[in-house]
Amino acid sequence: MANSVMSDHSSVEPSLWSGLTAVMKRDLLLAFRQRSDMVNPLFFFVMVIALFPLGVGPEPATLRMLAPGVIWIAALLSTLLSVDSLFRQDFDDGSLELVLLSPQPLFVVALGKVLAHWLITAVPLICVTPVLGIMLFMDGNTLLATLYSLLLGTPILSMISAIGAALTVGLRKGGVLIAVIALPLYVPVLIFGTSAVEAAAMTLPYVGQLAYLGAFLVLALTFAPFAIGAALRISVNTR
Amino acid sequence: MLQTLKRLYHQFGSPRYFYDITGRMLPWLVAAALLLLVPALIYGLGFAPPEKYQGNSYRVIYIHVPAASIAMSGYFMMAVAGVIVLVWRMKMAEMVARAIAPIGASFTFICLVTGAIWGKPTWGTWWVWDARLTSMLILLFLYLGIMALNAAIEQPQAAARATAVLSIVGAVNLPIIKYSVEWWNTLHQPASITMTSSAIDPEMLITLLTSMAGFYCLFAVLVIMATRCEILRREQRSRWVRSLVTEAVDGV
Repeated sequence: MANSVMSDHSSVEPSLWSGLTAVMKRDLLLAFRQRSDMVNPLFFFVMVIALFPLGVGPEPATLRMLAPGVIWIAALLSTLLSVDSLFRQDFDDGSLELVLLSPQPLFVVALGKVLAHWLITAVPLICVTPVLGIMLFMDGNTLLATLYSLLLGTPILSMISAIGAALTVGLRKGGVLIAVIALPLYVPVLIFGTSAVEAAAMTLPYVGQLAYLGAFLVLALTFAPFAIGAALRISVNTR
Repeated sequence: MLQTLKRLYHQFGSPRYFYDITGRMLPWLVAAALLLLVPALIYGLGFAPPEKYQGNSYRVIYIHVPAASIAMSGYFMMAVAGVIVLVWRMKMAEMVARAIAPIGASFTFICLVTGAIWGKPTWGTWWVWDARLTSMLILLFLYLGIMALNAAIEQPQAAARATAVLSIVGAVNLPIIKYSVEWWNTLHQPASITMTSSAIDPEMLITLLTSMAGFYCLFAVLVIMATRCEILRREQRSRWVRSLVTEAVDGV
């Protein structure tokens, strides 16, 4: 991909949109060729949620009460787990350096990679949530709120953890470090995500919480790509 | 004006100048810290009038409030140093930012511990999941994350620039975190002192402000000492540090 961008440079400058789609297409293709990256975070998500009833007991009332927190924390951890590999392969085989040299601004590349990562890891997770919600005895309205809040919240999680991944990509002990860096930054998303679901469980309106999540999403989409880009440049320069 | 600022910037940007001038400032700062802190703490912990409802347990504010204030402004200073690192690549800002992190984390920890000690007699529990307590805990986590990243990257300049990005991201996030936890759950009383008015007795207020000034001096002393160590470590190959060390060795 990087090569084609480089050769295009002489004739006509590729548009931002073509840069974004090229990065996304490449990452999605790689993920579909190597499905374990896609499937493992999903398995992790399902397993963590399945372990909770074993830990706290199978009473429907308890599980219904814990469900929003459990689903959100499992989603958060599986994002964290999968994000470690977001830039690692590209960093190891050197293609990240070529991407940095390409005429596309870095934030476009960062945005493309994070969006692809979200499509690969978070969307399947949202798709299986209804099944898990039924297993945790959630009712229909609550389940719907969970889906909405995950739909708005998981891209923010991907953005934040991508900053952590970009900062630690050059280090051998990346995994735990990303968790230490990113987890405190997840707090607002977790609070508004779970409180939307809790409001729905009490049949209260939850549009307000979703609106806040939407605002955070806009903020993250606007600023995080720049932070990711700056972090990638630092990581690659000190290699 | 601009010229003076520019000169100051270049002077303080040089590790050697920074080392010299802070070496001369340090005794004065230590003296100021001692002169402010010792009387303020003795008076505050021993002699200031007891509070109407809380009796003597309120006295912990003479440590708790300054520690909380330093914890937050320390983070802010670190973020500002981070901007300077990323924009102007100033070496001294890298060292100062690195020095602040563990000290700020310690003050955050002191704030949490003294808060717990105060909470036990007043609220009846060591800990509640209240907004301010939680956001302070998260501030501690942010500090710990920055320290972990700093420790993980070997090359000092890369470590400084990476932590600069992280501390700026954290500084953007802090108001959001603070606001969202407040929305989530709140029990802590609102601030009794603002810039223009105060709801507490002047005698307590003066003691508190003296203690605050003393703690800030202490913070400055600690940051400067840590920065000086960092200068010696990072500039160990330069001639002036070598001559400094050999002089010190010869002097003994």
